[in-house]
Amino acid sequence: MPELVLQLTRAGFLALLWLFVLAALRVVRSDIYAASGLRVAVPGGFRKGGKQLAKGKTAKQLVVTHGALTGTRISLDGRPILIGRADDSTLVLDDDFASTRHARLSLRGSDWYVEDLGSTNGTYLDRAKVTAPLRVPLGAPIRIGKTVIELRT
Amino acid sequence: MALPPGVLGSATTHMTAPGSTPATPTRRGTELTLLGFVLGLVVLAFVLISENQSQSIKPEILLYIAGYAVLFGVAHLAVRKFAPYADPLILPCAAMLNGLSIAMLYRLDPPLAEIAFSGGNGYSNAAPKQLIWTGLSLLAMIAVLWLIKDHRTLSRYGYTFGLAGLVLLVLPGVLPCSISCVAGAKLWIIIGPVSIQPGEFAKVLIILFVAAFLVSKRDLFTIAGRKFVGLELPRPRDMGPLLIAWAVAILVLMIEKELGASLMFFGTVLAMLYLATERSSWVWIGIVLFMGGATVADRLFTHVQTRVANWVDPFADAQGDGYQMVQSLFSLGSGGIAGAGLGGGHPELVPVINSDFIVAAFGEELGFIGLAAMIMVYMLLAMRGLRSGLAVRDTFGKLLAGGLSFLLMWQIFVVIGGISKLIPQTGLTAPFLSAGGSSLLASYIMVALLLRISDAARRPQASRPKPQAPIAEASTVLVERPT
Repeated sequence: MPELVLQLTRAGFLALLWLFVLAALRVVRSDIYAASGLRVAVPGGFRKGGKQLAKGKTAKQLVVTHGALTGTRISLDGRPILIGRADDSTLVLDDDFASTRHARLSLRGSDWYVEDLGSTNGTYLDRAKVTAPLRVPLGAPIRIGKTVIELRT
Repeated sequence: MALPPGVLGSATTHMTAPGSTPATPTRRGTELTLLGFVLGLVVLAFVLISENQSQSIKPEILLYIAGYAVLFGVAHLAVRKFAPYADPLILPCAAMLNGLSIAMLYRLDPPLAEIAFSGGNGYSNAAPKQLIWTGLSLLAMIAVLWLIKDHRTLSRYGYTFGLAGLVLLVLPGVLPCSISCVAGAKLWIIIGPVSIQPGEFAKVLIILFVAAFLVSKRDLFTIAGRKFVGLELPRPRDMGPLLIAWAVAILVLMIEKELGASLMFFGTVLAMLYLATERSSWVWIGIVLFMGGATVADRLFTHVQTRVANWVDPFADAQGDGYQMVQSLFSLGSGGIAGAGLGGGHPELVPVINSDFIVAAFGEELGFIGLAAMIMVYMLLAMRGLRSGLAVRDTFGKLLAGGLSFLLMWQIFVVIGGISKLIPQTGLTAPFLSAGGSSLLASYIMVALLLRISDAARRPQASRPKPQAPIAEASTVLVERPT
């Protein structure tokens, strides 16, 4: 090996050492969201929902599965769904545990996202509290007070 | 309607990023990729060494590379089978340090053999031995993973481990010097060609004992004791285990003339007490006890005085007692920022370069940049251990992972601090780097325990079903009635 190549390989080796450290740190970073052991509960439908979405199946309707409004269906046309006790909400809840403007479901790309609008008692996607917009897989229960809704095709 | 995925807000993309989906991927693929990366590094290291030493690529390096690749391939498959949810970083980090160690020993063998022959002594190559020990250690790791399906079963044998650990510690001290002395330190058991350092295994056993003991007696330590000058002192009878640990550490120091091992046990036990009780008073008590012990040791033992003198000013006796320290400093100094390149320096001038002082060889040939990367890898390993401890649900696992990770970091601090004259030098091995089977074997048993704990921490709970209230009845915490 000529001297120049040797020197370059030497520098390259040091660069690779640090590249390994950086690659390892990337793995660490991807874990940060699952913060110190407080793992998001794993709904069975989560991964399945993702696969269904990948096949191009988008949610067509929203169904109330528990609570005073059980059985209510709202068909989804791409416009955001407002949920709360306010009269102008898309889904008006008569639930003591719900806030006036409680949560919003909105379509981004082909996925629906649920977002808490600063409610008093919180919105739960399956059993995890919604703090940032979360993608809603098909069939995953969203709990608002005593009301549970889910997306169906 | 469909937008490209990049348009999604950054707050939402993490939900879809690979590896962070809440469906708990096993992440074995990540481990394999990182191991592949490590193999590339090791290949490059061997090529560089061969080029620098003999201006050609020797065919024998293929044997080392193939052996190394096969061993870690098997280890990876074993982890896939026995601990599928284990942390993906632990094995590659250990593999990287171990691979660089084999490469460095291969690089050090020719000059060390030359020195030995010119002095009329025999020399057997360290690199093939290290590769064989790596194989045995990985086998031990696989055996631990295979035998121990749940780390909590270990907590039942706490006292047995403690007793075994103490016996292993004391054994070389009571055996005749002919089978336990190497270079003035009574640390060994030498049977024929095999020499083992039982202290390396004792440290793992003692950590297991302390973790099991603290779990069973934890409540006792958190009972408020007497207050003394603003410091909460634990009750004297709760002090028992700490005093025993301290006494053992000092005993080892006295019998085996080894400052390093006692420092190791003392610091680790103290860290675990602190982890278990969250009381800073233990740390203060520990520091006071350490100061007392160190002062007494300095008075009593001449070799401790020599080491302290070498620490204060190694150049005072640069050709005598300070020779090793001075050579180590020269070695690190000549490496500088970018190092001399693998095979480009003269680390063989430092006495015992291939075991206690191997970090100086890396410092000389990879420089500050390379050595810093290696320290980062150690820190990543310890960090992943601590993280597994945070994530695992049982107290024993938490204490065990915390203790093992602390021990790793503490040992690295004492070793690198010693060779760089930050603290007095102690005869400790650098885990995964130093030549020596005992150290490697014990290190991989620690890795196996960490893998087991991280597997328990990340394994989805579905495999251990927990009764949960139906979603509609799950508690909604009523903070305030909405108006």
